[in-house]
Amino acid sequence: MGMLVNFRDWIDARFPLTKMWEEHLSKYYAPKNFNFWYFFGSLALLVLVLQIITGIFLTMNYKPDASQAFASVEYIMRDVDWGWLIRYMHSTGASAFFIVVYLHMFRAMLYGSYKGPRELLWIFGMMIYLALMAEAFFGYLLPWGQMSYWGAQVIISLFGAIPVIGDDLSLWIRGDFVISDVTLNRFFALHVIAVPFVLAILVVVHILALHEVGSNNPDGVEIKKNKDENGIPKDGIPFHPYYTVKDIVGVVVFLMFFSFVMFFVPEGGGYFLEAPNFEPANPLKTPEHIAPVWYFTPYYAMLRAVTIDIGPLSAKFLGVIVMGSAVVILFFLPWLDRSPVKSIRYRGPICKIMLALFVIAFVVLGWLGTQAPTDAKTTMAQIGTIVYFAFFLLMPIYTKIDSTKPVPDRVTG
Amino acid sequence: MKKYLLSILFLVSPAIVLASGGGVHLDKANIDPGNKESLQRGAKTFVNYCMGCHSAKYERYNRLGRDLGISDDDVIQNLMFTGDKIGGQMDIAMTSEMGKKWFGAAPPDLTLVARVRSTDWLYTYLRTFYQDDSRPFGVNNEVFANVGMPNVLWQLQGTQKAVFKTVVDDDGHEHEMLEGVELEKAGSQTPAEFDRTVRDLVNFLTYMGEPIKQQRQSLGIKVMLFLLVFFIVAYLLKKEYWKDVH
Repeated sequence: MGMLVNFRDWIDARFPLTKMWEEHLSKYYAPKNFNFWYFFGSLALLVLVLQIITGIFLTMNYKPDASQAFASVEYIMRDVDWGWLIRYMHSTGASAFFIVVYLHMFRAMLYGSYKGPRELLWIFGMMIYLALMAEAFFGYLLPWGQMSYWGAQVIISLFGAIPVIGDDLSLWIRGDFVISDVTLNRFFALHVIAVPFVLAILVVVHILALHEVGSNNPDGVEIKKNKDENGIPKDGIPFHPYYTVKDIVGVVVFLMFFSFVMFFVPEGGGYFLEAPNFEPANPLKTPEHIAPVWYFTPYYAMLRAVTIDIGPLSAKFLGVIVMGSAVVILFFLPWLDRSPVKSIRYRGPICKIMLALFVIAFVVLGWLGTQAPTDAKTTMAQIGTIVYFAFFLLMPIYTKIDSTKPVPDRVTG
Repeated sequence: MKKYLLSILFLVSPAIVLASGGGVHLDKANIDPGNKESLQRGAKTFVNYCMGCHSAKYERYNRLGRDLGISDDDVIQNLMFTGDKIGGQMDIAMTSEMGKKWFGAAPPDLTLVARVRSTDWLYTYLRTFYQDDSRPFGVNNEVFANVGMPNVLWQLQGTQKAVFKTVVDDDGHEHEMLEGVELEKAGSQTPAEFDRTVRDLVNFLTYMGEPIKQQRQSLGIKVMLFLLVFFIVAYLLKKEYWKDVH
């Protein structure tokens, strides 16, 4: 024991090991009233680690070559020991990542976690979300199936809708006139090193920002305002061991859902692994119906909802603008929300209704994005898009005029 | 309570979205992936009737033998005709250029066809060829209209003819619409025997699409049981630690 203590002291004299341990775990005081919604942050970290580790093993057998990529994935699925497990972990992990992150973001909206002093925390989180979308997009091309190919074709062609520079821009992204081996190679480079590197840094920054301002909680009460004589928040408990042991329970429940999908329905009903993607990419054969993977479909539905040209601007370009704005507007959430209270618990009926409408619009748009467009569905998508944007653009008004309930000084249960 | 109901609703919402679909009517194949004899019969039908034109180049002969309980010797004698190596992939000599020239479209590799098309689709497709003199090979198909493939199983099945019904569209025009197919001339197998042949073949194709499926599911059950036990331990640990939080 004495030797271990000496070793620790030896390190501490040279590296802030104990200091970091205390700052971020054993003496990081988190509110004691975290509920169900607070599991998803640590779960997102878990999935990130899972994706990186399985990704490393996949690259050992995957070939980023247009003539070999598809076959190398089947090689992993059939000939590599446990290759199928690693591949399904990675493909299920991609969808799980978005499920977890969407629930994590919804938590922030539910309890006003983006509001001051946590604006930067929210911004860093949004940057993680953007990086994650890029990561997923680049990764989806790699299996080199029909949907990989044509999905990427559709998304890259969106850049072509930008006036003047569009064609050159999409040519620059592809590195070729069509999606080809060149595109596959650069997407591989971006997917396995560039974006994961950015993601990892952003995650560190996100956690540093969180530990600087401290966690919000379902009551939206700042626990740092009520400290005891030792300077410890009265409603705070050390993250370790309390939340580490609690998060283990969350991890196990998450792994049950994850394993169920991975072992029994790895295709996720055709939403996690799309059926046409079991057919090698064929530049001469367009699939009947091209839909992006489910986590992009809300935005894809908004893109298609724009059907009119305005002056010289094509409907497609305006659709791209709408789609981009739908993501960008999330960054401004901390400044759009003028409510004096954070948590939904103490907000009035208008805020609650608007949040509910927003969730419905997002889910319905997600479903519409997977469907082939019809007149009725396009109308639905247009309504959904309006609701989506109304939630944000009207927020400065309705959050201000809405009634509030008195916020307690201390957290409740 | 209300918030928990809301949480649950939120969590199942993707499932509600997933529960949609549509398309042409398909017959249920009701395959039995655990039935090795069925898979072996399917493999035999596959190499005899399909592999003239279609490869299965991601599957290896010895893998097939191992998974289906056939010894290497039996695989070599009964399933391999081209002098390939036992560890080799089930490829064919016909190139896609030749296929394109002869059939209009190159016959696709069939290793993953069950994952692309679905088991029920294949089962329906293989049973619904019907005589159609306007097509190059004299046959057409109910689920894959104007398909380039001839009915390679016709000697077993016999020939079928289409049954049309007349429908009136919104503008009052009458159209002939394909309603189904019926047997015209019997083949060497009875309809029940032929049905089994196709079911075995489709069973085999489904196996080939994902050879590790059985292994995946049996491992999955063990993992789920482990997680269940782990959950109890983790939950009790959490409860123990949280006793002093009020």
